[in-house]
Amino acid sequence: MAQTESKALQTKEKMALSTAAEQTKPGIVFTPAVDIFETEKDLTLLADMPGVKSENLTIGLNKNVLTMSGDVEAPEGENETEVIKEYDTGKYFREFTLSNEIDQTKIDAMLKDGVLRLTLPKVEAATPRKIEVKTK
Amino acid sequence: MIFRRVSNWPDFYWRTPFGELERLKRQLDLLNEGVLGGPLKGPSAGVFPLMNVTEDKDNYYVRAELPGIKSEDLDISVTGESLSISGERKIFEEKGDVKYHRREREAGKFSRILNLPAQINTAKVEAKCVDGRLFIVMLKAETAKQKQVIVKSS
Repeated sequence: MAQTESKALQTKEKMALSTAAEQTKPGIVFTPAVDIFETEKDLTLLADMPGVKSENLTIGLNKNVLTMSGDVEAPEGENETEVIKEYDTGKYFREFTLSNEIDQTKIDAMLKDGVLRLTLPKVEAATPRKIEVKTK
Repeated sequence: MIFRRVSNWPDFYWRTPFGELERLKRQLDLLNEGVLGGPLKGPSAGVFPLMNVTEDKDNYYVRAELPGIKSEDLDISVTGESLSISGERKIFEEKGDVKYHRREREAGKFSRILNLPAQINTAKVEAKCVDGRLFIVMLKAETAKQKQVIVKSS
């Protein structure tokens, strides 16, 4: 488990989504930053969703479209007045189209410290088989 | 020869090539200050982490979004009028043979000092990290608290 390089972390503005499916609730919708990587056996997706609790997170897979949507409760208390405001909070939403080789029954999702880890195992048939080429 | 400068005469600003632009910028800055409110407005981007600060009668509340950062990787300290947060966000390389499709999440070190609008009681600062959100409560110093003045009627 080698650690990634430790350069200075830069601030990235949260990406507000403009073309999401129409929202019924008012508020800003953000697209979470994600890492997606693939091994021979599965596809893993990591998404930064600070403030999302597991009961407010919905993950859906419908016709190869993976949808992640997380609601965030406003963190501010009632009697507080604003002094400095540098970021906004709101819902998270993102969709991905997957290739059809995911075993939908074995999807595993884990939310820890505001980071979602989604493991999408590939179906057996799709895992590449090594074909040995024989020589005479 | 009598030389009189008419006020608002553009000639005054055109001595340097960017004089007019400078003047515009100054005016926009003034406008900004008026609309967005004063010197407390911090940088909107560029410093990690971004923070929201709120207050009530007794406390200051500082909030920041730090997904995937463990509390032991965070270093928070306070002096009477400033709060400093530093730490490191670690993203571990995945084991084995992996092929990345997307890498949008970033790792690295950060440190930031925030100047508070008033003195705080350094003995009573609480911080917690829940669901990737940092929340700090700081009690205002007695001298910084607002005192209600009762107006007596004779």
